[in-house]
Amino acid sequence: MERATRKKAEMMQGTLDMLILRTLDRNASPMHGYGIAQYIHRLSREVLRVEEGSLYPALQRLAINGWVKSEWGVSDKNHRVRFYTLTAAGRKQLQREVDDFETVLEAMRRVLQPA
Amino acid sequence: MLSFMGRFLRRLRYYKGRIGFSRDLEDEIRFHLAMKTEAKIAEGLPPDQAALKARQEFGNHTLIREESNNMWAYRSFETLSQDLRFGLRTMFRNPGFTTTAVLTAALGIGANTAIFSVVNAVLLRPLPYPEAGRIAAIEEISEEGKRIQVTPANFLDWRAQNTVFTHLAAIFARHATISTAAGDADTDAPPGSLAGGNSTPGSTTGSTAATSADAERIDLAMTSADFFEVFGVQAEQGRLFVAEDEMAGHPAIAVISHGLWQRRFGSDSRMVGKSINIDGNPCTVVGIAADGFHYPDKTEVWVPPYRLAPATRPSMDVSQVRGFGFLSAVALLKPGVSIRQAADEMEVITGRLRQQYPETNNNRFDRVVSLHQYLVGDISTLLWLLLGAVGFVLLIACANVANLMLVRATARQREIAVRTALGASRLRIMRQLLTESVALSSAGGLSGLLLAWWGLNLITGLLPKEFPRLAGINVDLPVLWFTAAVSLTTGVLFGLAPAWQISKASLQESLKEDSRGSGSTRSKLRGLLVVSQVTLSLTLLIGAGLLFRSFLRLRSVSAGFDPDHVLTLYVSPSGPNFPDDASFVAYYRQVEDRLAAIPGVESVGAVNTLPLGNGPTFAFRVEGRAPLPVDQWPFANYRNATPDYFQTLKIPMVRGRGFEQRDTASSPLVVVINQTVADQDFAGEDPIGKRVNFGGVNPKKEPIWWQIIGVVGNIHNLSLDEAPSPEIYMPAYQDPFPGQSFVMRTSIDPGTLAATARQRIREIDRGQPVSEIYPMKTLVGNSISQPRFNLILLGIFGVIALILSAAGIYGVMAFAVSRRTHEIGIRVALGAGSRDVLLMVLGQGMLMAGIGIGVGVIASLVLTRYLSSLLFGIGTTDPITFGVIVLLLALVALLACYIPARRGLKIDPMRALRYE
Repeated sequence: MERATRKKAEMMQGTLDMLILRTLDRNASPMHGYGIAQYIHRLSREVLRVEEGSLYPALQRLAINGWVKSEWGVSDKNHRVRFYTLTAAGRKQLQREVDDFETVLEAMRRVLQPA
Repeated sequence: MLSFMGRFLRRLRYYKGRIGFSRDLEDEIRFHLAMKTEAKIAEGLPPDQAALKARQEFGNHTLIREESNNMWAYRSFETLSQDLRFGLRTMFRNPGFTTTAVLTAALGIGANTAIFSVVNAVLLRPLPYPEAGRIAAIEEISEEGKRIQVTPANFLDWRAQNTVFTHLAAIFARHATISTAAGDADTDAPPGSLAGGNSTPGSTTGSTAATSADAERIDLAMTSADFFEVFGVQAEQGRLFVAEDEMAGHPAIAVISHGLWQRRFGSDSRMVGKSINIDGNPCTVVGIAADGFHYPDKTEVWVPPYRLAPATRPSMDVSQVRGFGFLSAVALLKPGVSIRQAADEMEVITGRLRQQYPETNNNRFDRVVSLHQYLVGDISTLLWLLLGAVGFVLLIACANVANLMLVRATARQREIAVRTALGASRLRIMRQLLTESVALSSAGGLSGLLLAWWGLNLITGLLPKEFPRLAGINVDLPVLWFTAAVSLTTGVLFGLAPAWQISKASLQESLKEDSRGSGSTRSKLRGLLVVSQVTLSLTLLIGAGLLFRSFLRLRSVSAGFDPDHVLTLYVSPSGPNFPDDASFVAYYRQVEDRLAAIPGVESVGAVNTLPLGNGPTFAFRVEGRAPLPVDQWPFANYRNATPDYFQTLKIPMVRGRGFEQRDTASSPLVVVINQTVADQDFAGEDPIGKRVNFGGVNPKKEPIWWQIIGVVGNIHNLSLDEAPSPEIYMPAYQDPFPGQSFVMRTSIDPGTLAATARQRIREIDRGQPVSEIYPMKTLVGNSISQPRFNLILLGIFGVIALILSAAGIYGVMAFAVSRRTHEIGIRVALGAGSRDVLLMVLGQGMLMAGIGIGVGVIASLVLTRYLSSLLFGIGTTDPITFGVIVLLLALVALLACYIPARRGLKIDPMRALRYE
């Protein structure tokens, strides 16, 4: 059970990265992890439920690549919280990934279209 | 590249603030969970359920934390060092377990390292010549495949007719006496030593002069001219041989080894051109061979074949001799020519020679093998066998450590279950366990290396002196790699079982199961390990047992003489003082008299070849019988003995008389035959008085007849495990042989007389060396040093195997009893007698041992056939050996079960039941 979930998570990894980047791109203000998870959840009209735990390793991965940066702040309820923002490199990366995604999507659409 | 640098720098920052980072992540997750819980409460869940739900949806907390950490870290290294630190801590916390495991592994790995060092040096390491792969040896063999030596005329034909070898060289190896060149010893300041003195410090000159004054026996090889080309050896100084050196009448020259030049001539820088004495004949040193070159074996002087004959008949032109072989041949294959192709062509050539010279060649075939095969072919089976045996020891050791680890893994079950519950992944736990076992085996490997170092001395000390490539046996880089690889493999091997078990164990069960639970698959695995241990050690022990039985047989073979209290030494007079037979006889008589005069010496005799030594043979015919072609004459060992020889060695006179002082050059020619000759060639008749001829003719071309005057008992001549061969003795004072071994029967320890004996002989003629001074007992012992070596090694392995297996059975049974304390308690409480408890425990243990023994017997029946060439006097399935070993192992197993079973008996039901 656990193993199967992890496998799916791995397959989703690229998509998850893209979703996080997109989320940060749409929001002008820095976001914390929980906010990102909620946003994806809502934005996809409850279809995409982010495997919440895997959000944090993904954020680390994006940080290592320099696509997001983080700083500490205080939440509206006075919790110490890390806020993430998109970097310029992250924006470029998002563009690349969206392009790739659309290419694939376009290709699939052609294959699936009746001849 | 740039982005890589960026990632690297960011990672570096992470390392600097790592503790901070972990706490930060922790804060982040806690915040996340708090928010989530709030949201759930808002949806209407009660607070405690909301928190639980939040956690569930979040996933494996620890795993995520680790994954995030790993994301930053250079991960494999990080976990490895973490696992290692943890492993080492556990090891130190448990010194008893650790010591046992490490020592067991060390025993297995050490024994393997030691044997592999021998295999590596002898079999695997290439020969130290530039084109070693292209060097071949060509042997002459009889139709039955027996090695015989190459004859000079055949060699010359091979060399002229072959098209497959770049160079083909003949070698005649023998001992020789070297001494300072004639005249040097008599002058105070000979030109030679003066030159040496100028270039070396005074003290060195003194010792050099002292040594060089002494005659010395060395190994010498007469070789054809292109001998050095075969090996690609260069001259360090001067030159090696050229084709002209082979011509008759060419001045006497020699090439000496680097070692001899250093040792005996103090690295004299003007050595080339100087004269040395070889067997009393002056000889000019023309060159020094490259450092380290010593073929064959320990050769220190090489001379060209200006006098290829054995010293007996110096005037004979041996290049025409086709029927009498004393050479060995080596060759360098042309590039691209295989051994196979060379063998094909050589077969054509020897076939042609057989047709051309049927009288001498009709039973002369040839065999072409690589030089490596030629040198080590005979012992390669033995060495692979030993490596296999020692591999068994390692497997047994592995099984033991695996068992220990299994037992410990059971004890650690809860720890591991807790770690899993806290979120450690299964892979991570398996890796933790494997890291621990590899750490254990590495410690075992290091200690094993020390053990091997020590054991290697033992092994090389036990090996026969003539063992090929003995000097090269050491622990070198390939051996270290081997040890490292073996350590790693064993670690994985014995770590795999527990790691596998753990990875399969279900979390809930482990947590629920209390320390008493039986874990049935695990105990099955342990049982399997014990069974295979018993199987392996039974096989080893049967091998050792067979060797032991055949060694006892060998030892009980009556040599045919009494080696007790006998000292032997060898003299080989040579030089201008020995122009004829009479001078040899005179010298031998003097030696005999002086030795006999030493207090403690009871009698003195001499023979050209001592018992258990390989010597010359000759063919003979009996007077008055139908003439046979020369190649069908019966063969006998040629022996040349003094009158007191038989009496000194206590070789019994069976019929007639032995030699007496009156048998001299001027009296009728006489011989003594041994019992085998009497049985084979004089069956049903009295040999005494019959006359034999050895092919010799007098100047009038009439055959020379020798009259048989006596028959002596057989002695074992080649070795104890071969039947006595036919033997004919000639009287040393009638027809002397150049070189005699003297034997002295002493009333005191023969070893104590060695120095005096040497001294007395030196007094006769200082230029004649005395060598090979040994008690006869030592020689007899040397002759069985190979079987003794085989026995001791296999015996040691067998005993180690037995101890390890006993420990294995004991360990498993003791563990089983302690796990079943509760059960046994109930049984006792329910009225089981001590007999029942005993039988129950013994039955379980003996079942494992019994299966192991059964499988082991079958395995041994299959495997012992590989021992057949090492056995003497018993079959490979000797029922006594099998029976005794099975019994021995069963007894040891019983004992190993009995001790824990007794502990089972002492279980007090009340305490056992209370013990939860």
